[in-house]
Amino acid sequence: MLDREEDILKAAEDWKSAGHGVALATVVETWGSAPRPAGSSLVINDDGTFLGSVSGGCVEGAVVTEALDVIESGAPKLLEFGVADETAWKVGLSCGGTIRVFVEKVG
Amino acid sequence: MKLETLQQLNAERAARRPAIVVTDTATGEQRLVKAADIAADPLAAELSKQLRMGKSASVEVNGKKLFLNVYAPTAKLVIVGAVHISQALAPLARTLGYDVTVVDPRTAFASPERFPDVPLIAEWPDVALPPLNVDAYTAFVAVTHDPKIDDPALLHAFERGCFYIGALGSKKTHAKRIERLKQQGASDADLAKIHAPIGLAIGAVSPAEIAVSIMAEITATLRLPAAAKAQAA
Repeated sequence: MLDREEDILKAAEDWKSAGHGVALATVVETWGSAPRPAGSSLVINDDGTFLGSVSGGCVEGAVVTEALDVIESGAPKLLEFGVADETAWKVGLSCGGTIRVFVEKVG
Repeated sequence: MKLETLQQLNAERAARRPAIVVTDTATGEQRLVKAADIAADPLAAELSKQLRMGKSASVEVNGKKLFLNVYAPTAKLVIVGAVHISQALAPLARTLGYDVTVVDPRTAFASPERFPDVPLIAEWPDVALPPLNVDAYTAFVAVTHDPKIDDPALLHAFERGCFYIGALGSKKTHAKRIERLKQQGASDADLAKIHAPIGLAIGAVSPAEIAVSIMAEITATLRLPAAAKAQAA
Protein backbone atom coordinates (compact mmCIF):
# COMPACT_ATOMS: atom_id res chain seq x y z
CA MET A 1 0.00 0.00 0.00
CA LEU A 2 1.11 3.45 -0.74
CA ASP A 3 0.59 5.66 2.22
CA ARG A 4 3.65 4.44 4.10
CA GLU A 5 5.08 7.77 2.89
CA GLU A 6 2.89 9.36 5.56
CA ASP A 7 5.62 10.87 7.71
CA ILE A 8 7.40 12.24 4.63
CA LEU A 9 4.59 14.52 3.46
CA LYS A 10 3.82 15.46 7.05
CA ALA A 11 7.48 16.36 7.56
CA ALA A 12 7.42 18.42 4.35
CA GLU A 13 4.48 20.43 5.68
CA ASP A 14 5.96 20.76 9.18
CA TRP A 15 9.40 21.85 7.98
CA LYS A 16 7.89 24.35 5.58
CA SER A 17 5.64 25.78 8.30
CA ALA A 18 8.68 26.08 10.57
CA GLY A 19 10.29 28.35 7.97
CA HIS A 20 12.63 25.90 6.26
CA GLY A 21 13.29 25.71 2.55
CA VAL A 22 11.92 22.30 1.56
CA ALA A 23 12.08 20.11 -1.54
CA LEU A 24 10.33 16.86 -2.44
CA ALA A 25 11.99 14.24 -4.63
CA THR A 26 9.70 11.59 -6.09
CA VAL A 27 10.41 8.54 -8.27
CA VAL A 28 8.24 9.12 -11.35
CA GLU A 29 9.48 6.36 -13.67
CA THR A 30 11.44 3.14 -13.35
CA TRP A 31 12.92 0.65 -15.81
CA GLY A 32 14.46 -2.71 -15.05
CA SER A 33 15.07 -3.74 -11.48
CA ALA A 34 14.61 -0.39 -9.79
CA PRO A 35 14.91 -0.59 -6.01
CA ARG A 36 11.83 1.50 -5.18
CA PRO A 37 8.57 1.91 -7.11
CA ALA A 38 7.15 5.06 -8.69
CA GLY A 39 5.71 7.29 -6.00
CA SER A 40 8.52 6.64 -3.51
CA SER A 41 9.69 9.94 -2.16
CA LEU A 42 12.23 11.82 -0.15
CA VAL A 43 11.87 15.16 1.59
CA ILE A 44 14.85 17.44 2.13
CA ASN A 45 15.20 20.73 3.99
CA ASP A 46 17.77 23.47 3.63
CA ASP A 47 19.87 21.98 6.47
CA GLY A 48 20.41 18.95 4.27
CA THR A 49 18.25 16.88 6.63
CA PHE A 50 16.22 14.30 4.71
CA LEU A 51 13.60 11.61 5.29
CA GLY A 52 12.49 8.76 3.06
CA SER A 53 14.20 7.23 0.05
CA VAL A 54 14.05 7.02 -3.73
CA SER A 55 16.44 4.08 -4.10
CA GLY A 56 18.12 1.56 -1.88
CA GLY A 57 20.51 4.31 -0.82
CA CYS A 58 22.54 4.41 -4.06
CA VAL A 59 21.56 7.85 -5.31
CA GLU A 60 20.18 9.65 -2.25
CA GLY A 61 23.37 11.69 -1.86
CA ALA A 62 23.13 13.06 -5.39
CA VAL A 63 19.39 13.72 -5.02
CA VAL A 64 19.95 15.70 -1.83
CA THR A 65 22.59 17.84 -3.56
CA GLU A 66 20.27 18.54 -6.49
CA ALA A 67 17.38 19.22 -4.09
CA LEU A 68 19.36 21.94 -2.30
CA ASP A 69 19.81 23.51 -5.71
CA VAL A 70 16.07 23.33 -6.37
CA ILE A 71 15.30 24.93 -2.99
CA GLU A 72 17.61 27.78 -3.97
CA SER A 73 16.35 28.28 -7.55
CA GLY A 74 12.71 27.24 -7.15
CA ALA A 75 12.81 25.53 -10.56
CA PRO A 76 11.90 21.83 -10.64
CA LYS A 77 14.30 19.23 -12.09
CA LEU A 78 13.88 15.82 -13.61
CA LEU A 79 16.88 13.62 -12.80
CA GLU A 80 17.76 10.29 -14.32
CA PHE A 81 19.94 7.64 -12.72
CA GLY A 82 21.06 4.42 -14.31
CA VAL A 83 24.11 2.31 -14.97
CA ALA A 84 24.23 3.21 -18.65
CA ASP A 85 24.21 6.92 -17.97
CA GLU A 86 27.82 7.79 -17.31
CA THR A 87 27.79 11.37 -18.53
CA ALA A 88 24.94 13.14 -16.80
CA TRP A 89 25.22 11.57 -13.35
CA LYS A 90 28.20 9.99 -11.69
CA VAL A 91 26.12 7.86 -9.37
CA GLY A 92 24.33 4.84 -10.78
CA LEU A 93 22.14 2.09 -9.48
CA SER A 94 24.08 -1.04 -8.66
CA CYS A 95 21.06 -3.19 -9.45
CA GLY A 96 21.13 -2.27 -13.13
CA GLY A 97 17.83 -0.41 -13.23
CA THR A 98 17.11 3.15 -14.26
CA ILE A 99 14.96 5.64 -12.38
CA ARG A 100 13.70 9.14 -13.04
CA VAL A 101 13.30 11.39 -10.04
CA PHE A 102 11.28 14.61 -10.07
CA VAL A 103 12.59 17.20 -7.63
CA GLU A 104 10.35 20.16 -6.73
CA LYS A 105 10.36 22.93 -4.19
CA VAL A 106 7.57 23.07 -1.59
CA GLY A 107 5.83 26.42 -1.30
CA MET B 1 4.41 21.55 -4.76
CA LYS B 2 2.53 24.54 -3.44
CA LEU B 3 2.20 24.52 0.33
CA GLU B 4 -1.56 24.82 -0.08
CA THR B 5 -1.64 21.67 -2.27
CA LEU B 6 0.51 19.82 0.27
CA GLN B 7 -1.78 20.86 3.11
CA GLN B 8 -4.87 19.75 1.21
CA LEU B 9 -3.22 16.45 0.35
CA ASN B 10 -2.25 15.82 3.96
CA ALA B 11 -5.80 16.64 5.07
CA GLU B 12 -7.23 14.11 2.59
CA ARG B 13 -4.77 11.48 3.74
CA ALA B 14 -5.47 12.12 7.42
CA ALA B 15 -9.18 11.62 6.66
CA ARG B 16 -8.35 8.34 4.85
CA ARG B 17 -9.71 9.69 1.55
CA PRO B 18 -7.73 8.81 -1.57
CA ALA B 19 -6.20 11.58 -3.67
CA ILE B 20 -3.98 11.84 -6.74
CA VAL B 21 -1.39 14.51 -7.52
CA VAL B 22 -1.02 15.10 -11.27
CA THR B 23 2.35 16.60 -12.24
CA ASP B 24 3.61 17.66 -15.66
CA THR B 25 7.24 16.64 -15.11
CA ALA B 26 8.45 18.88 -17.95
CA THR B 27 6.96 22.11 -16.62
CA GLY B 28 6.29 21.34 -12.95
CA GLU B 29 2.62 22.25 -13.44
CA GLN B 30 0.64 20.41 -10.78
CA ARG B 31 -2.84 19.81 -9.43
CA LEU B 32 -4.51 17.73 -6.74
CA VAL B 33 -7.49 15.56 -7.66
CA LYS B 34 -9.59 14.37 -4.73
CA ALA B 35 -11.31 11.00 -5.01
CA ALA B 36 -14.74 12.64 -5.20
CA ASP B 37 -13.66 14.72 -8.22
CA ILE B 38 -12.17 11.92 -10.31
CA ALA B 39 -15.35 11.06 -12.23
CA ALA B 40 -15.66 14.60 -13.60
CA ASP B 41 -11.95 14.96 -14.39
CA PRO B 42 -10.66 14.98 -18.00
CA LEU B 43 -8.26 12.20 -16.94
CA ALA B 44 -11.04 10.18 -15.26
CA ALA B 45 -10.13 6.88 -17.00
CA GLU B 46 -6.41 7.07 -16.19
CA LEU B 47 -6.99 8.32 -12.65
CA SER B 48 -9.55 5.69 -11.72
CA LYS B 49 -7.37 2.93 -13.16
CA GLN B 50 -4.31 3.99 -11.15
CA LEU B 51 -6.37 4.45 -8.01
CA ARG B 52 -7.87 0.99 -8.35
CA MET B 53 -4.38 -0.49 -8.72
CA GLY B 54 -3.13 1.69 -5.88
CA LYS B 55 -0.15 2.46 -8.09
CA SER B 56 1.57 5.68 -9.11
CA ALA B 57 2.63 5.92 -12.76
CA SER B 58 3.70 8.20 -15.58
CA VAL B 59 1.23 8.46 -18.47
CA GLU B 60 1.32 10.30 -21.75
CA VAL B 61 -1.73 12.41 -22.59
CA ASN B 62 -1.87 14.65 -25.68
CA GLY B 63 1.92 14.60 -25.97
CA LYS B 64 2.34 15.63 -22.33
CA LYS B 65 4.10 13.40 -19.86
CA LEU B 66 2.12 13.41 -16.63
CA PHE B 67 3.02 11.71 -13.38
CA LEU B 68 0.01 10.44 -11.44
CA ASN B 69 1.01 10.04 -7.80
CA VAL B 70 -1.63 7.98 -6.05
CA TYR B 71 -2.22 8.36 -2.33
CA ALA B 72 -4.53 5.55 -1.26
CA PRO B 73 -5.19 4.89 2.42
CA THR B 74 -3.67 1.73 3.86
CA ALA B 75 -6.34 -0.93 3.69
CA LYS B 76 -7.47 -2.35 7.01
CA LEU B 77 -8.69 -5.82 7.78
CA VAL B 78 -10.96 -6.33 10.75
CA ILE B 79 -11.33 -9.96 11.75
CA VAL B 80 -14.19 -10.69 14.11
CA GLY B 81 -13.43 -14.06 15.64
CA ALA B 82 -10.06 -15.11 17.08
CA VAL B 83 -10.44 -18.60 15.63
CA HIS B 84 -8.01 -21.01 13.99
CA ILE B 85 -8.57 -19.50 10.52
CA SER B 86 -7.80 -16.05 11.92
CA GLN B 87 -4.43 -17.25 13.21
CA ALA B 88 -3.47 -17.92 9.59
CA LEU B 89 -5.40 -14.98 8.13
CA ALA B 90 -3.86 -12.23 10.29
CA PRO B 91 -0.19 -12.75 9.33
CA LEU B 92 -1.12 -13.36 5.67
CA ALA B 93 -3.07 -10.10 5.51
CA ARG B 94 -0.17 -8.23 7.09
CA THR B 95 2.17 -9.59 4.43
CA LEU B 96 -0.24 -8.16 1.85
CA GLY B 97 0.04 -4.74 3.49
CA TYR B 98 -3.16 -4.59 5.55
CA ASP B 99 -3.42 -3.14 9.04
CA VAL B 100 -5.02 -6.03 10.89
CA THR B 101 -7.12 -6.06 14.06
CA VAL B 102 -8.71 -9.12 15.63
CA VAL B 103 -11.85 -8.75 17.73
CA ASP B 104 -13.34 -11.47 19.93
CA PRO B 105 -15.01 -11.08 23.34
CA ARG B 106 -14.04 -14.63 24.26
CA THR B 107 -10.74 -14.15 26.07
CA ALA B 108 -9.82 -17.82 25.71
CA PHE B 109 -9.74 -17.22 21.95
CA ALA B 110 -8.39 -13.67 21.89
CA SER B 111 -5.13 -14.42 23.67
CA PRO B 112 -1.72 -13.01 22.80
CA GLU B 113 -0.31 -16.55 22.85
CA ARG B 114 -2.53 -17.44 19.91
CA PHE B 115 -2.01 -14.08 18.16
CA PRO B 116 1.53 -12.85 18.77
CA ASP B 117 2.12 -9.32 17.38
CA VAL B 118 -1.49 -8.82 16.23
CA PRO B 119 -3.62 -6.06 17.78
CA LEU B 120 -6.33 -7.91 19.72
CA ILE B 121 -9.48 -6.52 21.27
CA ALA B 122 -11.21 -8.88 23.69
CA GLU B 123 -14.53 -7.00 23.72
CA TRP B 124 -17.99 -7.36 22.22
CA PRO B 125 -18.42 -5.74 18.79
CA ASP B 126 -20.46 -2.80 20.13
CA VAL B 127 -17.49 -1.77 22.29
CA ALA B 128 -14.60 -2.95 20.10
CA LEU B 129 -15.66 -1.73 16.66
CA PRO B 130 -16.56 2.00 16.90
CA PRO B 131 -13.00 3.12 17.86
CA LEU B 132 -11.52 1.19 14.90
CA ASN B 133 -12.89 3.70 12.37
CA VAL B 134 -14.02 1.00 10.01
CA ASP B 135 -14.43 2.63 6.56
CA ALA B 136 -14.60 2.11 2.79
CA TYR B 137 -10.92 1.05 2.82
CA THR B 138 -11.65 -1.71 5.29
CA ALA B 139 -12.18 -5.40 4.57
CA PHE B 140 -14.36 -6.98 7.23
CA VAL B 141 -14.68 -10.65 8.01
CA ALA B 142 -16.89 -12.31 10.60
CA VAL B 143 -15.73 -15.82 11.39
CA THR B 144 -16.84 -16.67 14.93
CA HIS B 145 -19.77 -18.90 13.84
CA ASP B 146 -21.64 -17.31 16.76
CA PRO B 147 -24.58 -15.08 15.73
CA LYS B 148 -24.35 -13.14 19.01
CA ILE B 149 -20.94 -11.89 17.88
CA ASP B 150 -21.08 -12.04 14.06
CA ASP B 151 -24.49 -10.40 13.56
CA PRO B 152 -23.86 -7.06 15.31
CA ALA B 153 -20.42 -6.96 13.71
CA LEU B 154 -21.90 -7.35 10.22
CA LEU B 155 -24.48 -4.63 10.90
CA HIS B 156 -21.60 -2.32 11.81
CA ALA B 157 -19.76 -3.23 8.58
CA PHE B 158 -22.89 -2.38 6.51
CA GLU B 159 -23.19 0.97 8.21
CA ARG B 160 -19.55 1.85 7.48
CA GLY B 161 -19.57 0.81 3.80
CA CYS B 162 -16.66 -1.67 3.93
CA PHE B 163 -15.31 -2.54 0.49
CA TYR B 164 -15.42 -6.22 1.37
CA ILE B 165 -17.62 -8.08 3.84
CA GLY B 166 -17.28 -11.81 4.32
CA ALA B 167 -18.89 -14.24 6.72
CA LEU B 168 -18.01 -17.82 7.50
CA GLY B 169 -20.65 -20.51 7.17
CA SER B 170 -22.35 -22.81 4.70
CA LYS B 171 -25.15 -21.71 2.37
CA LYS B 172 -27.63 -23.03 4.90
CA THR B 173 -26.04 -21.11 7.78
CA HIS B 174 -25.96 -18.03 5.60
CA ALA B 175 -29.67 -18.30 4.71
CA LYS B 176 -30.49 -18.28 8.42
CA ARG B 177 -28.15 -15.34 8.95
CA ILE B 178 -29.91 -13.37 6.19
CA GLU B 179 -33.25 -13.93 7.94
CA ARG B 180 -31.88 -12.76 11.30
CA LEU B 181 -30.18 -9.67 9.87
CA LYS B 182 -33.32 -8.74 7.92
CA GLN B 183 -35.29 -8.75 11.15
CA GLN B 184 -32.70 -6.40 12.59
CA GLY B 185 -33.29 -3.95 9.76
CA ALA B 186 -30.57 -4.80 7.21
CA SER B 187 -31.54 -3.93 3.62
CA ASP B 188 -31.41 -6.38 0.72
CA ALA B 189 -28.62 -4.31 -0.83
CA ASP B 190 -26.54 -4.66 2.35
CA LEU B 191 -27.18 -8.36 2.64
CA ALA B 192 -26.15 -8.89 -0.99
CA LYS B 193 -22.73 -7.46 -0.12
CA ILE B 194 -21.85 -10.36 2.18
CA HIS B 195 -19.49 -12.86 0.60
CA ALA B 196 -20.75 -16.17 1.95
CA PRO B 197 -19.58 -18.84 1.96
CA ILE B 198 -16.46 -16.77 2.49
CA GLY B 199 -13.45 -16.95 0.14
CA LEU B 200 -12.84 -17.93 -3.47
CA ALA B 201 -13.78 -21.51 -4.31
CA ILE B 202 -10.31 -23.07 -4.48
CA GLY B 203 -11.13 -26.22 -2.57
CA ALA B 204 -9.50 -24.89 0.59
CA VAL B 205 -9.43 -27.37 3.48
CA SER B 206 -6.92 -26.28 6.12
CA PRO B 207 -7.21 -22.99 8.04
CA ALA B 208 -4.22 -21.62 6.10
CA GLU B 209 -5.80 -22.54 2.76
CA ILE B 210 -9.07 -20.92 3.79
CA ALA B 211 -7.06 -17.82 4.74
CA VAL B 212 -5.54 -17.81 1.22
CA SER B 213 -9.00 -18.10 -0.36
CA ILE B 214 -10.29 -15.20 1.77
CA MET B 215 -7.34 -12.93 0.93
CA ALA B 216 -7.67 -13.84 -2.76
CA GLU B 217 -11.33 -12.80 -2.68
CA ILE B 218 -10.50 -9.57 -0.83
CA THR B 219 -7.74 -8.79 -3.36
CA ALA B 220 -10.10 -9.40 -6.29
CA THR B 221 -12.70 -7.12 -4.73
CA LEU B 222 -10.12 -4.40 -4.19
CA ARG B 223 -8.36 -4.58 -7.56
CA LEU B 224 -10.62 -5.93 -10.29
CA PRO B 225 -12.72 -3.48 -12.31
CA ALA B 226 -16.47 -3.89 -11.74
CA ALA B 227 -17.10 -5.67 -15.07
CA ALA B 228 -14.43 -8.32 -14.45
CA LYS B 229 -15.75 -8.81 -10.93
CA ALA B 230 -19.21 -9.59 -12.28
CA GLN B 231 -17.66 -12.14 -14.62
CA ALA B 232 -15.62 -13.80 -11.87
CA ALA B 233 -18.66 -14.16 -9.61
